[in-house]
Parts: sequence; C-alpha cells; structure tokens
Amino acid sequence: MKHTIQQVFRSGKFIVGFGIFIAILLFVFIYPLFVPDHPLTIIGQGTFFEPGIYVNVYDSIGSPKYTLNLESAAAKRIASKLSRDDRTAMKEWLIGYGIAEEEIDIEDTSGLLELWTNNYNPKANIPGLTNAKRNYYIRLNASLQGLLSTEGVIIAAKNPQTGALEERAVVAQSDYVNISRVANVRVLPLGTDNFGRDVLTELVAAARVSLQIGFVAGFIATMIGLTLGLLAGYLGGLVDDIIMFFTNLFTVIPGFVLLILISFSIGQERRGATTVAVVIGFTSWVWTTRAVRAQVISLRNRDHVNLSKLSGHSIVYIILNDILPYIASYVVMALILQISSGILAEAGLSILGLGPKTTERPTLGLMMNWAMIYQAHVLGKWWAYLPVLVTIALITFSMNLMNTGLDQVFNPALRD
Amino acid sequence: MTKERQVCLSGTGVTKVFGLGRRKTVAVDHVDFSFYEGEVVSIVGESGSGKTTLAKMLLGLLNPTEGEIYFQGQKRDISTHRKKREYWKNIQAIFQDPFASYNIFNKIDTVLLDCIHMRGGRGLPRAKKVEMMAQACSFVNLKFEELTNKYPFELSGGQMQRLMIARIFLLMPKILIADEPTSMIDACSRATILDMLMQLRNDIGMTIIFITHDIGLAYYVSDTVYIMERGKIVEHGSADTVILHPREAYTRRLISDVPKIYEEWDLSTV
Amino acid sequence: MEMGKTILEVNELTTRYITRFGESVYAVDHVSLKVEEGKSLGIAGESGCGKSTLALSLMGYYFAPLHYMSGEIIIDGQNISGMDPDEVRKSILGREIAYIPQAAMNALNPTQKVLSFIEDVIQAHDPYRTKKEIYELAKGFFESLGLPAEVLHKYPVELSGGMKQRTVIATAVILFPKVLIADEPSSALDVTSQKMVIKMLRNLMEDGFIKSLIFITHELPLLYNVTDDIMVMYAGQIVEKGTAREVVFDPLHPYAKGLMGSIIVPEEGVRSVKLTAIPGVPPNLKKPPMGCRFADRCKYVMPECRVTSVGLRDIGGGRAYRCLLSEEELRRAYKHD
Repeated sequence: MKHTIQQVFRSGKFIVGFGIFIAILLFVFIYPLFVPDHPLTIIGQGTFFEPGIYVNVYDSIGSPKYTLNLESAAAKRIASKLSRDDRTAMKEWLIGYGIAEEEIDIEDTSGLLELWTNNYNPKANIPGLTNAKRNYYIRLNASLQGLLSTEGVIIAAKNPQTGALEERAVVAQSDYVNISRVANVRVLPLGTDNFGRDVLTELVAAARVSLQIGFVAGFIATMIGLTLGLLAGYLGGLVDDIIMFFTNLFTVIPGFVLLILISFSIGQERRGATTVAVVIGFTSWVWTTRAVRAQVISLRNRDHVNLSKLSGHSIVYIILNDILPYIASYVVMALILQISSGILAEAGLSILGLGPKTTERPTLGLMMNWAMIYQAHVLGKWWAYLPVLVTIALITFSMNLMNTGLDQVFNPALRD
Repeated sequence: MTKERQVCLSGTGVTKVFGLGRRKTVAVDHVDFSFYEGEVVSIVGESGSGKTTLAKMLLGLLNPTEGEIYFQGQKRDISTHRKKREYWKNIQAIFQDPFASYNIFNKIDTVLLDCIHMRGGRGLPRAKKVEMMAQACSFVNLKFEELTNKYPFELSGGQMQRLMIARIFLLMPKILIADEPTSMIDACSRATILDMLMQLRNDIGMTIIFITHDIGLAYYVSDTVYIMERGKIVEHGSADTVILHPREAYTRRLISDVPKIYEEWDLSTV
Repeated sequence: MEMGKTILEVNELTTRYITRFGESVYAVDHVSLKVEEGKSLGIAGESGCGKSTLALSLMGYYFAPLHYMSGEIIIDGQNISGMDPDEVRKSILGREIAYIPQAAMNALNPTQKVLSFIEDVIQAHDPYRTKKEIYELAKGFFESLGLPAEVLHKYPVELSGGMKQRTVIATAVILFPKVLIADEPSSALDVTSQKMVIKMLRNLMEDGFIKSLIFITHELPLLYNVTDDIMVMYAGQIVEKGTAREVVFDPLHPYAKGLMGSIIVPEEGVRSVKLTAIPGVPPNLKKPPMGCRFADRCKYVMPECRVTSVGLRDIGGGRAYRCLLSEEELRRAYKHD
C-alpha cells in the first residue's frame, strides 16, 4: 500500500495534474477568506464592467494630495482623450481644409494638435461636411481646448441652506493621490458580469459549487457502478441478467436526454445544487458498472478466489477481500473520471437553464448560461465567459492528467 | 493381506456443458470414475481434454450438468453454502501457479489462519494457533518465524507452493486435488513437492488426484492413471498397464509423443 | 571424433543488464563455446540461469537493457561482435544467424496473412526479390518441410499453435542462415505439436538448410533427442559441457547431477528410482558470490569452494565442468551416495 503510494507520486503526469488540482482547490477555499462578500451581490450598476482597479472618485478628492511633476503627464492626458476615431476625423477635416495628407500623422499627438489649433476654423467650408458633423467638430474642439489648458478644476458642493455652490476643493492637473490612502478601492480582476456582479468572486464560488456537485455526482455514480458491477460480475446468472438489462436500458437512452427530462420535471423550485448532483449521479453510472463488471468477471475464476471458497469464506467476504482490492485502483480512476464528467454534465445542464436554481449559488455552467443569454460573446465582453471556460478546462484537464498518471502506475505496460 | 479398499469419490455419467444452442461445448462427456482411499490417481489429458473442468466439479466449484457424484458412497449434496463448507473439510486443492493462489494484499499468515478457523479453531488462544502454523511450516521445511507477517511477493515460487502444502497439512482433507502442482516449479524442486505430497498420503491415507498433461509425471507418481480426450475417459488402469501396455490408440500416441531417454524416441509417427 | 569446420565460435563473451536505476547485473559471464558445422548444441538450465540471455547475446543484436561488454562472436570466420547494430540487423540477422525467441508464434501479426509476413521478412534483406519469386521460394520451402502450401494464404488466427510455431521457424530460416538459435521453441505446445516442431528442426539440420542449431530449453529429454552436445548453465555460468549422452547419463558437476536426477520420463524403471531434489534457490546475480555460485546448495561443498573463483575444467574431448573436485573424486562421491 505504502509502496503503491510512493510509486504514484513518482509519476510525472500525476504530480502535475495533482498540483493543478490542489492549486485550484486551495484558491477556491482561501479566496473567500479574503473576500467574504456573497458572490451574487450586485455591485455594479450597469452591465459588463471591464476588469480593472476601480477607485472611488469622491474619496480620492478628499484624500491627501501629492504633487508629482511628470513629463509625460500632459501628453498622456491628451492621448487618452483623443480616440482613434477622433484623430481620423481631425485628419479628414484637415485634408478637406487643404492640408497635404503627407504632413498629417495621426499618431503624432502634439503634431496633430498643433496643426489643428493653427488651422481649425468652425466656419470653414469643407466639402461634404454635414451639420451634424460640423457640430461634432465644434464639440471636439471645445474639449480639446479644455485639454490644452493647464487650469485645474474646482469641486463645489451645494450649500443645503442657500442652494448656492460653494467651493470645496481645487484639483490641479498635477495632483496625485495614493490609492492605498483612498478609502474605497475595488479591484475587479475580471470585471463584472451582465448583472453587475464581481466575476472573480462569482467564479470562485461557482467553481466550489461545481466541484461539490461533481464530487457528489461522481461519488454516487461510482458507488452505484461499483455495487452493481460487483454483484453482476461475481454472482452472474439471473442477477447479472437483470442488472445488465437495466444497464443496457440506461445505455440506449442517452444519458444527457434523461438528465434533461428529469431536471425539467423536478421543476425550477426544487432544483438545488445537491438535487442536481444526485440526479447526475443516478444517470451516469452505466460506464462504471460495465467496466467493474468486466474486471470482476475476469477475477472471479482466479485461483486465489477458488482457494478462498475452498477455505469456507462467504460470498460477501470473497467479494470484499478477494475481488474489491484487486479492482481498487481501477475504481479510483473511475471515480476521478466520474467527478470530472459530473462537473461537465452540470455545466451542460446549466447552460441549457436546467441546472441548479439561479438565485442561490452560481455554478460554472450557470455563469456560462448568463454570458450566453446576455450576449457577452457578441459584445466582446470576454471576461464574462473566458475565465469560466478556462476553469472548467483546468479542472477536467488536471483530473484527467491524474487519471493518466495513475493508469501508468497501476498498469506498467502503459509506462512511457 | 489386502484390506478391502473403500471408494471415497466416484461418479457416473458426469457431464458438463457450457453455452447454449450452436455455441454449446461439451467439456466433460459422461464420464465414470472411482477413486479409492489412499490412492494416487492421475488424470492425464492435453489442453481442452476437460480434465480441469472435471477437477472443478470434483471440488464442487462447478456443478455438473448431468450425472451424479458420490462421496463416500453417498450421493453428494452441496446445495447450500453450509453443506459446501462441510464438503470442503474433506476435499482440498493445490493449484498450478503458486503466485496466483495468494491474495496479494494479505499476509501469508492469513492463508494458514483460515485453515485453522475452518477446522473450528477460531476460539483457540493465539499461542496455540502459532504452534499449529509453525508445525505445518516445518512439515514443508519452512520456518514460520521467518515467514510470518510477510507478503506473498516476498517469497519464492517454491516456498509459496510448499506453503500451499502446509495448508493441506493443517486441513488434513481426505482427498487432495493437485492441478499441475509442479509445472511451474524448477525441476530441482519438483521432487521436494512430490515427496511432501506422498508423505501426506502415507501419513493420513489421503487420496491424491493429480491433474496433469505430463504423462511422465503421471507414470512416476501414480497408482492409477485415467486418460482423457475431448471430455471422455478413453482409458484407465494401473499406471504400469496404461503407460507400458496402452490399449487405446490415443494413449499410445500420447506416450509416443513424449521424448524418451532410455529407448529410442520414434519421430516417424508424426 | 572427426573435427568439422567451426561454424560458430564464442570467446569470453560478457554481457550485462543495466537497470533503470543504473545497477548492473551480469547476465552472461565470460562464456566460450564452439559449434561445428552439422552439429547442434543444447543449452539446458532452469529459470533464471541465463540461458535465454545467452541466446540473446549470441545473436549479436542487443536490445536495451542488455548491453554488450566484451568478448568475440565469430560466425564462419566473420567477427560480428562490436559491429554496428544496424549492420548486424541488415546483413547478419536472418542470413548468418537466425534467432527464435520464446513464444515466437506470438510475433505473427494477426492482421497479416502468412505470405505477406514472409514477403516483409525477405524484402527487408533482399529488396529486389519480386513477390512471385518470394511466393515460389516460400511454397517450395514450406512443402519440403512438410507444411502445406495453403498455410501461406491463411491468417495466423486460423492456424493451430503447432502450425504457427512451425511457420515462424520456417520463416526464420528461409534465407538459409548458418546458425539457428531457438529458445524454447516447443514449450507452449501440446506434445503432438512439440514432436512436429522437433522433427522439423531435425529435418532442417539433416537436409542442410541450416548448418548448426542451438537449442535452449529446460526440458532435458528434448535436448537428449535433438542435440549432439549439451551445455548446462547455472547462475549465468556454464557448469558442464559434453555430448548429450555424457551429460545426461554421466554428469560430473553436482548441479548437473541433481538436474539429471530429476528427469521424469514415461519409461520402464522410472518408478523405482527416487527423484533428486536440490534444496535452496540460485544466488542473486546483482551480487554474485565470490566463490562457486553453487556452493550454498552443494552436497559436497568444502570451505575452499566459497572463496576460490572456480574456472571451467577442460578434460578433453569437448568435456568440461566447473568444480574444484577432480573427476575421480566426484565419481567416487556419486557412487557412494
């Protein structure tokens, strides 16, 4: 036994898979300790906030200010305000005005600005300029003027009694605050989803729930498969025929369709995470049963089993002592595969909207479902679905890697 | 003065059929046999002759499709697990592959302890059990102190097979079925195994039934030889009669196909 | 005894196994032997004695973890030891030496007809033969060995064990190599098929298709009926050499004596003779004992046996044995027991 465990940990594939899996598990359990918010709290008003660090503007006004004179500050400011579209528009106007095209480089912010300030005339007659476009250029120019000035801004608050604006603070262009001094900063590494929930917190909670579902489903499926396989394989005869009849029945009916039907009939209200896990477990035992049965059939005629019989042991003793340990490694591998497929089954169900209730806890599949319904992929909001995909992939990949590693350990013929 | 020999195991019309319809195979085809107490019998046949299937039926691990088996003159009844256990106090087996006979997850002590328990010794004090196991081991030239708490993979093939014989020593069955007990043992250790089995026969009058394809071994060790071909017994009789003066063509062919060293081995009859 | 041409000469061949952990186990330890044209040599011994490894080593083509260390292998005057493995495969295997491993019949590809297999074999050595030529060659050869020509058109699964084994042997010698090394060619077969294989090997020798045969097995009665000379191996070393009759009926080395005493044949008189048994197990070749490797199990062991390295004692006429005791002392001891 000890020898086996030593050998298992010498397998490269197993170690890598195990490492990834443990890393995921640790992250999933440690993260909530640092960010204890409920994953389904809506924190963003609006949809699909991009990943980033969100700093409370109100608090930063009140925070201690530091003056930093950075050379590139002005250029960066202007560059961030001038979008590509704006620059292209400016170029168009300038060309229409008569400036030669070669002299205009939209990448060169200061050059472009200089040309603009020197030449812009709101009244100039540019061929093909609509009124709307003309107004656009006026607005653009105004905002640019604002940019080019070096004046700061004044923060004013309304006096509750007089209703007049009173100056509260002045913010100069060279004022900086230290984020760590700002009272409210929220890091959203994965932004928010369509409801405005923190994707990362959701993801961690979802991964945990999906793993739980996977474990419960996998465990149930393996237990059923093991028991039925042992009985069918060892006892043979009528018992075997009956069990095989049911197994074949479940094979012919596509497992996933069955899952959908059962999920649907249970109804949205009663479909908690555990219920879904149980349902998945009870519909995916077929493969394990067959595999265990085949192994047991090949074992039951072995000499040590016959010798056990001749020593007067009961059927139960023989099954538990002479058959079960010999298939143990196989069963462990089957368990890993069942867990992994349980997670995938839940994801599949949830994408279709037949998974666990959407109001309690998120699952990986549910997150995918939301992303799909709210068109995240169409809108280009990759953070709503890509991390989920990667997580599912990593979990199943690490489990399959562990499985392959174990397979090599237990079946020396497969070693590279 | 010859004592009237008692028949301990016999059968009439014993048949075993596997499968149904067109895929039916008749492994054992209506065989009759009588084995006497204290006799050493060999059932000789090539692979596919049905000898292993017959052995399993004798042991009660398989049920005959037709025919009756009699134990000590009475029709054998092993319909319940309890009756089987009673039967197995009287008949045991040694198998061909010593490695496969052990549960690799259990210490070898388990094998011997199971025998003690089978003979009702479950309640005995530990010291007494150890004494019994040590005695059995010394019968087969093994030291119990050296083997206790070891796992099967720590022993050699010869040691494992001898431990199987120690098991028989503890059980003292009336009949022993030895299925190719020496085919996976080195030639030098064969004699040891055979001697031990013979000693058991001499000490307690145990009937030994060898199942083998090696006609030389059958000749050397048995009193009586049965020749099986494709499920039927084609010839049986005393070892000298069957081997030195075979009556049936099949027997003659079987013997002539084995290389000889004292006489010329005739290769032309291939 | 007339001295024929030496077809195979092996001098001080040493090979060893290198395990995954870098340990080295001596497989074949300074073995020398000679086989003459028209003669056959049997190598006898029990499991683990090194006879299969010797066979592999003689082939000249090594698969890891078996490595060649030192010594010479000379076939018909050509020294092949130390040759490039690819060269060996192309020009030596199949043409000069053929090797049939244990359970060779499992080498037949179940999805290939026998003829297709033979075509592959021949074309690997002689790419210019046409399929027609190969068919004629195979057909003629098979028939002369008593194998029906239909076998060529069958799949291996349609053939019996004995037929498969004979097919493999025929294929191995189809290019008429000088030496055939057969490792347990008949062990997995029933006695009738075994006889057919043995007859075939004898025919191959008698008809001159092969010049010499090296037959490896643990079954001594087989060797007695097939080979002219016998070599007994124990723990990686040769412990006795001689003609078949000498070794089987007049063995000198105590192990050989014990081995011959455990032969069982269905012949008259066998029942009255007690079989000999040798207690103990062979030594672990990872750390071979310093003196005689049989010392722990030998009935006649003396203190010197355990400390002196014992060499092979040549007593003329091709007879040799590895023991410190003299011929007379051994014979006297045997008579006494």
